[in-house]
Amino acid sequence: MGFNIYDFSGMTHNMHLWFLERMSPTATTIVEWTIIGVSYMLFVALFGLFLVYAERKVCAAFQQRLGPMRVGYWGLLQTIADFIKLLMKELIMPKSADKFLYNLAPFIVMIATFLAMAVLPFAKGLQTLDFDIGIFYVTAVSSVGVIGILIAGWSSNNKYSLIGAMRSGAQILSYELSVSLSLVTIIILAGSMQLSVVVESQRDAWFIFKGHIPALIAFVIFLIAGTAETNRGPFDLAEAESELTAGFHTEYSGIKFAFFFLAEYINMFIVAAMATTVFLGGWMPLHFGSFESFNVVMDFIPPLVWFFMKVLGVIFLIMWFKWTFPRLRVDQILTLEWKYLLPINLINILLMSLVVLTKFHL
Amino acid sequence: MTLNDIMFYLFAGSILTFSVLTVTSRRILRSAVYLLFVLVSTAGIYFMLNYNFLAAVQLTVYAGGIIVLIIFSILLTSHVSEKAVVAPVRQQIFSALATAAGAALTILTFLQYAFTPSASPAVEANVHNVGLALVSYGRDGFALPFEVISILLLAAMVGAIVLAKKEKHLATAGNQPKINPDNSSKS
Repeated sequence: MGFNIYDFSGMTHNMHLWFLERMSPTATTIVEWTIIGVSYMLFVALFGLFLVYAERKVCAAFQQRLGPMRVGYWGLLQTIADFIKLLMKELIMPKSADKFLYNLAPFIVMIATFLAMAVLPFAKGLQTLDFDIGIFYVTAVSSVGVIGILIAGWSSNNKYSLIGAMRSGAQILSYELSVSLSLVTIIILAGSMQLSVVVESQRDAWFIFKGHIPALIAFVIFLIAGTAETNRGPFDLAEAESELTAGFHTEYSGIKFAFFFLAEYINMFIVAAMATTVFLGGWMPLHFGSFESFNVVMDFIPPLVWFFMKVLGVIFLIMWFKWTFPRLRVDQILTLEWKYLLPINLINILLMSLVVLTKFHL
Repeated sequence: MTLNDIMFYLFAGSILTFSVLTVTSRRILRSAVYLLFVLVSTAGIYFMLNYNFLAAVQLTVYAGGIIVLIIFSILLTSHVSEKAVVAPVRQQIFSALATAAGAALTILTFLQYAFTPSASPAVEANVHNVGLALVSYGRDGFALPFEVISILLLAAMVGAIVLAKKEKHLATAGNQPKINPDNSSKS
């Protein structure tokens, strides 16, 4: 099963053939589904735990503390210990809650997260689904996640949860528009929504360099709107702990709470991965026009490392926002979206169309 | 039975089950969630037909747009403990009869229509073709309907803003979340 760190398409193809030799096509499909499903679940659990650890360390660094240090080397096992504790907690069911919807809500949030992850290209040949509507698909399925939040808030039968759900619903609905429009800007430049094509056309230069001014504006808007989409600070008034206890997941405990918690962190990963794929060249190495030796050195670093380096960079930026900016009020959030980001975005799309029409890009 | 058939029956079964549950449930938010399942299963059937674009539109417009608005309005107006009143028996019987008649009519029409397979080669329904058809003004183009619908949506949007806008002296300091324009621009 030839393993090549620079191109996984050969390996996956060989695996597929290996299974086909030994079992029927139907069984092969089922086995492959299982493998893909299990690897996604493992990834979500482990990367989610890592992101929680990273957040605590980054937060600590901004507040001049050390963060978790006791469990494991530099506190590396802290989040795993926390997770085991969460798993052992009692699942509390509010007496007058709508039981069916209360139990369903965490799953809707989690399913939307998994669906959105399915199209992300991690490296060459390491992509589960390659739709021709890739970018549109991500925005479509991630818009389902907000339903889980709304249902969770309503069915808990708690006024804090309800207010939190309303706030987060209004916020996500509004900012979805900015996310989609800033992605449309890049779709105009790329001429395709298929994620593999989008990555491939950034071989010579990343879109943020290729599309210069409009791409840069779209990137900044995408980062702001993406942070708001994931309900993270400074847009975290949906779970403003000093006024709403914990927002829509106040009544949840144990593994159900962990679902919301993990989904929030994995959504942050999805936003960062989309920013990476669409603006920062995905798994493509950094290339500069005719600096041949520099390009060869950059090619030497495996695509998987490039992808995660960029993703972690964007995640660090998003965490930086959370720990430096003060929380916005609800009217400020809506003003920012409807009176500033949306008009800027629309003008930016026109600007990008102009740039593409006059071929004023790299 | 291939895997494709199994998937189809799974989707079709969930569409039927959840459609019935949508109208029989006495809790309004549960109805909305069952409706969400119906719409998502329909998107699943579109995905099976390889019509990815329509499936994603179905998810964005219906699941992400309309269902979210329905849930939002339920959140604003009703409480968990509220249950719909059971309709009187006579009403139940008549609505069941009307539904059965409607279903029978549709099924009979479907069964009697002779579906003739088309000889022309299938057009691949990828985004490229859909996009071209949407803005071309030739024989198979949809430029005129597209523009007419955008005017209709613009009118709806202006109407929604006029309705939602308060009188000057009644207006409060904070801005209300403008949900209606959002929906109109999405669909």
